[in-house]
Amino acid sequence: MKSLFVILLSAILVNNFVLSKFMGICAFLGVSKKLDSAVGMGIAVTFVMICSTAITYPIYLLILVPMGLEYLKTIAFILIIALFVQIVEIVLKKKIPSLYKALGVYLPLITTNCAVLGVAILNINNSYSFVQSVVNALGAGLGFSLALVIFSGVRSRLEAADIPEMFKGVPATLIAASIVSVSFMGFAGMFS
Amino acid sequence: MNENNKSSLYELTKGIIKENPTLVTLLGMCPTLAVTTMAENGIGMGLATTFVLICSNAVISLLKNIIPKTVRLPCFIVVIASFVTLIEFLMKGYVPALYNSLGLFLPLITVNCIILGRAEAFASKNSVWKSVLDAVGMGIGFTLALFAMGSVREIFGTGNWMGINLHLPETMTVFIMPAGGFFVLGCIIAVVNKIANKKPPQELGCHACPNAANCPSFNKEGGFDR
Repeated sequence: MKSLFVILLSAILVNNFVLSKFMGICAFLGVSKKLDSAVGMGIAVTFVMICSTAITYPIYLLILVPMGLEYLKTIAFILIIALFVQIVEIVLKKKIPSLYKALGVYLPLITTNCAVLGVAILNINNSYSFVQSVVNALGAGLGFSLALVIFSGVRSRLEAADIPEMFKGVPATLIAASIVSVSFMGFAGMFS
Repeated sequence: MNENNKSSLYELTKGIIKENPTLVTLLGMCPTLAVTTMAENGIGMGLATTFVLICSNAVISLLKNIIPKTVRLPCFIVVIASFVTLIEFLMKGYVPALYNSLGLFLPLITVNCIILGRAEAFASKNSVWKSVLDAVGMGIGFTLALFAMGSVREIFGTGNWMGINLHLPETMTVFIMPAGGFFVLGCIIAVVNKIANKKPPQELGCHACPNAANCPSFNKEGGFDR
């Protein structure tokens, strides 16, 4: 039984979703160009991750397992996540337009973000308890945000750099991501 | 719709080089980076994705007049997820070793943008035959890209290739680590674009993202953060 603190820190630093598990790369590369959009995307992903974990976990344990339908979890989870994102979008748009303005842009992109589905399935595979699952989702979201924010800083420096023509654009971005990932390798083995 | 003025051969071959999903349109980055620590895993992932792509493209193309426009994305996702569950069972039964090494990324084929992207951009507008050809081409392109990446990373990282020991004097473990994945992919994209004599893509393919139509930021400014 791992303590909650270890789960949280290892999800943020050691097993960072973007830099060591390669989940949510599309969002990571697409939205990390500016600091404020990186923060917005980070908050939106963290929020959806926590809520979707809190919804999918009981559904798995209380509906799928008793009926012997564990194999349906991929279909069930992705549907729940898609539905949830849609509902959040509608509610935000009607009730809190200011928040919708800040986060609404990123919401439709989150349905197909594999980090959200990934964390829901991972919690089941690791047989975490409900509290552990939510903490793991929180850590995964924070780790995603951290990587996004750090990388947006790196990319703003990259803009001004003089790089060979064939590497300009995405190739240079990927190589910069590789260097950021090396720095996160320093955390490996912090918790066993 | 360009259904009539492009040949079947074009639909089949465009995915392999000209519109290679991984190296040119930059879709499906997550599995590309995550499972390519070995050439074998790359092929396994590529073939699994190809299977799902062909089946879902065929089914979605058949259902294209039945699915209402407003709820099409959830419908597509359900079709894709069903085939992913199917391939999960098949791989667990027949190739358990591969099933274990692909791990979490097998269910995550569901959210691979290549599949949803092709469903939205191609299968929902074209005939079944063309959709299947398109899927085969895209699948081969994806598999080849994954195989190339897996080969580079396996050879430099472990000194082996497809189970053959190459007796390299020195290996660099960093290549099979996450950092190596980003690095190799960056280099391969640069080299492919150099050979194709094109400018490397400046932006991740927002235009190819299935959500682009719903994405206010994309519609307003013609892409993210521009």
